[in-house]
Amino acid sequence: MAGATLHGRLTWRVATVKAVVDETPRVRTLELEVPGWPGHVAGQHVDVRLTAEDGYRAERAYSLGSAPGEPPVITVERLEDGEVSPYLTREVRPGDAFEVRGPIGGYFVWRADDGGPLFLAAGGSGVVPMRAILRHRRNSMSMVKVRLLYSSRTIEDVIYREELDGEEVVHTLTRAQPPGWTGYARRVDTDLLREVAWSVGEGPLAFVCGPTSFVESVAAGLVELGYAPRRIKTERFGTTGR
Amino acid sequence: MEALDGNAIGGILYHVFGREMTMAQAECVCGARGPLAECEVYLGGPGVVVRCRVCHNIVMVFVEVREMTCVDLSGLRALELPALH
Amino acid sequence: MSVVSRGFRGRRRDADADPARVPPGQFVTHDFPVLSAGTTPHTPLDKWTFSIENGGVRRTWTWKEFSALPTESVTVDIHCVTRWSKLDTTWEGVSVDTLLDEVEQDAGYVLAFCDGGYTTNLPLEDVTGGKAWVVYTYEGEPLDPEHGGPARLLVPHLYFWKSAKWVRGLRLLDEDEPGFWETYGYHMYGDPWREQRYTGD
Repeated sequence: MAGATLHGRLTWRVATVKAVVDETPRVRTLELEVPGWPGHVAGQHVDVRLTAEDGYRAERAYSLGSAPGEPPVITVERLEDGEVSPYLTREVRPGDAFEVRGPIGGYFVWRADDGGPLFLAAGGSGVVPMRAILRHRRNSMSMVKVRLLYSSRTIEDVIYREELDGEEVVHTLTRAQPPGWTGYARRVDTDLLREVAWSVGEGPLAFVCGPTSFVESVAAGLVELGYAPRRIKTERFGTTGR
Repeated sequence: MEALDGNAIGGILYHVFGREMTMAQAECVCGARGPLAECEVYLGGPGVVVRCRVCHNIVMVFVEVREMTCVDLSGLRALELPALH
Repeated sequence: MSVVSRGFRGRRRDADADPARVPPGQFVTHDFPVLSAGTTPHTPLDKWTFSIENGGVRRTWTWKEFSALPTESVTVDIHCVTRWSKLDTTWEGVSVDTLLDEVEQDAGYVLAFCDGGYTTNLPLEDVTGGKAWVVYTYEGEPLDPEHGGPARLLVPHLYFWKSAKWVRGLRLLDEDEPGFWETYGYHMYGDPWREQRYTGD
């Protein structure tokens, strides 16, 4: 229902937590029930608003990790100095409620008929909208070629690990690797991109999401490889204040 | 504090303009053009500050004043909105 | 009408703070959030100067000269307009009185100007008489660039947006002129005890 999300009332709605899944020691997925949810497009996010008993309020944006047609799901990484993420990743339990506004976004989105080949580059929790895109691609039986380059600190930090296990996913573990690891073991640089990203000649569409420094360095690397800036969509997550 | 981008204020932009705005093409007074999604965004302070990615001049400022959102667009030379389907 | 989320409290809050020290609408925290309107400037100390400008006259200190000035250590409460307050913060720096002693002036107002283009305005009497400092040490350590280092203005009796980060000088004026946030709707004066957050409060 893309039309409903581009133009229509965008109001705060109550979201009730149906289930929580601890993906990693720092990351938790919240499956939400939102009455009147209009459906969403892969790559969109919601704004989450929490109100305390004394009226104190905080708001943050979280990407949807589920595909169009699936109920809304957010995956939150706990930032130690955060004021919302510690609550969502530690305190929240099924039955709890907060407000969401969304779905939001029209730039960092992928619909099956946008084509490809698709090159997805995710740093840390930047993988959340990528899972929505991958699921949508699968659900829509798209024939578009896809590759996800996913950078995490250690194997324990890999979110959606079992699901992101196919040959289309290339991991790099930047801080520590398990014994016998034969994959990439460094931060993404242009050489790594040259080996992993689709060649420019194939007309790829790139999505890059994660901390600001990751996004800027990967986007610059893709431009160096010849990707047209307008074929690179970027979404920066903050490293603080979430 | 690292800057975010216009995606982070998709909700505020929708609230202010009444429609999806991250795809709107913004033209800075310096001549740079690009989608609002790609502007630099600074959040969390007394207001939301949106800057041109090229010249870093302020393009938009949003301040919540007593339940009203005050919008300053003086740094924007032009804004082109894609058609709604 | 919003939904209250069970168990949500927000930033680590000090619920035991003496209410007499907490202005209306504020919450006390032990955190020190970093809030910005642009990238963090990084002026090297050998290029840094501080100036007082009075019409065409300018008195400038280099970092070396500035750090040779007598300093004071102060412990103050600070109040940000975004509703968090932090009590008993410790700073060290030069009193604005010391700086203004070097300049002949009878201005009514100052405009603080900073690296990155930020400005904020204050009445002269709110930065004199022991009410304001240009500080470069926080909690015994050199002031971090994220928090305004090398030096920032400190005017604790007003909302903290008046304590301009990355301050490079004060311009003396006859009329009050709105600075950065004041131009966008924040109060020209900003007294947290009268909750003067926005123009018209």
